Amino acid sequence: MEKEELKKIIYELVEKSMGKKKLKQSDILKKVSKDHGVDKQEVKAALRELLDSGQLIFTYFGGSYVEIPPKE
Amino acid sequence: MSQKHETPLLDELEKGAFPSFVKEIKRAAEHSEYAQDLLGQLELSYKEKVTHWKHGGIVGVRGYGAGVIGRYSDVPDKFPGVAHFHTVRVNQPAGFFYTTDALREICDIWDKYGSRLTNMHGSTGDIILLGTKTENLEPVFAELSSRGWDLGGSGSAVRTPSCCVGPARCEWSCYDTLELTYQITQRFQDELHRPMFPYKFKFKMAGCAVDCIASIARADMSIIGTWKGNIQIDQEEVRNYAKNGMDIQAEIVDMCPTGCMSWDGNELKINDEDCNRCMHCIAKMTKALRQGEEKGATILLGSKAPIVTGALMSWVIVPFIKLEPPYEELFDLVERIWEFWDEHGKNRERVGELIERMGFPVFLKETGLEPHPAMVKEPRRDPFFFWSEEDIEK
Repeated sequence: MEKEELKKIIYELVEKSMGKKKLKQSDILKKVSKDHGVDKQEVKAALRELLDSGQLIFTYFGGSYVEIPPKE
Repeated sequence: MSQKHETPLLDELEKGAFPSFVKEIKRAAEHSEYAQDLLGQLELSYKEKVTHWKHGGIVGVRGYGAGVIGRYSDVPDKFPGVAHFHTVRVNQPAGFFYTTDALREICDIWDKYGSRLTNMHGSTGDIILLGTKTENLEPVFAELSSRGWDLGGSGSAVRTPSCCVGPARCEWSCYDTLELTYQITQRFQDELHRPMFPYKFKFKMAGCAVDCIASIARADMSIIGTWKGNIQIDQEEVRNYAKNGMDIQAEIVDMCPTGCMSWDGNELKINDEDCNRCMHCIAKMTKALRQGEEKGATILLGSKAPIVTGALMSWVIVPFIKLEPPYEELFDLVERIWEFWDEHGKNRERVGELIERMGFPVFLKETGLEPHPAMVKEPRRDPFFFWSEEDIEK
């Protein structure tokens, strides 16, 4: 799968979970890898690009989660 | 800058013989609004017997999920200087060795962007820079990294690995704790900066069983130096200790936890098969006793301080390993442990708690470790062994 497509899948997964369930990085890796038959390392690399570009961020609420940054 | 807030309760803490953190915050307050309002908020907390800090949330530097601990005042109108008071954790050098220039550099950066207050070192080992605003986080990170510093771990990540002074200053170090700490830090950069686990994971490297870094009680993975073979004895030096007033029977032989020593007034004997390498005798008679010649380490897993649930001590999982670069055997084991934890761990469950919940046999099976009688759970407890249903039938 193309990295851009993978990034879109990850972003949509995080977006859909907002307000319902906070996702940890490992939740994302497991779910995307299982649902789309992609190696976890590939998912990790795509997620890393989303985090480095600021499209997704880490948050901390008793544990560390991946979320969409709040709109300014 | 004159003192902005009256602090009668905090002033009490300046009295007495010991150094006071209040005195240091007051010193910083001469030049820092953060420290001024920190005094005010602390005074209010002492008065009301309640904390006014909120912690966590959305704060950090781009791409990293660790290294910054968000902290906010719940009374920002009264104390605007500490409305944001985030902590920055900086990865300390292995063994905590610094040049004076390096310390000045860190302090200059913190004078520029923060409260001027530091904590050397936090309980995990990092350099703790206390108190800055959200808008200063990216600039402070940029300046730190441009000078070769990096942030440490926080949240559900690998925490900054730390070690004792090792062979740099200690003859008892059974492996190079400094080198291993550096290599673990380099190898697990992603896990250190981007939280990916159910909860925190700490590595602590101790060169011998004296365990100056207290790894056995507070690291998820404690790597403690040990040796194989007999303790080397210089009988002449043993007699010198006795001649100079040491009560060898009371101070050495009777203190041996396994009772493997004897002293007839002339010769010290050690039954090395029963020795558990606790280091007591070697640490007391430094000139007379030395460790065995084949050196390595014991790897233990699962200790923690009582945060979510109670405290745990580490569990021996590898009784002896030669620890030499490139450490691939160790790194491979670490990754298998993390896979097990990732697969079964609940949110905020440390790896030691997971093993307690699922059982040691399951852990051994899933990580591919062979059971061994030396896998002692806690010091001075009997080792044990597990049998599968098939073994019992045989």
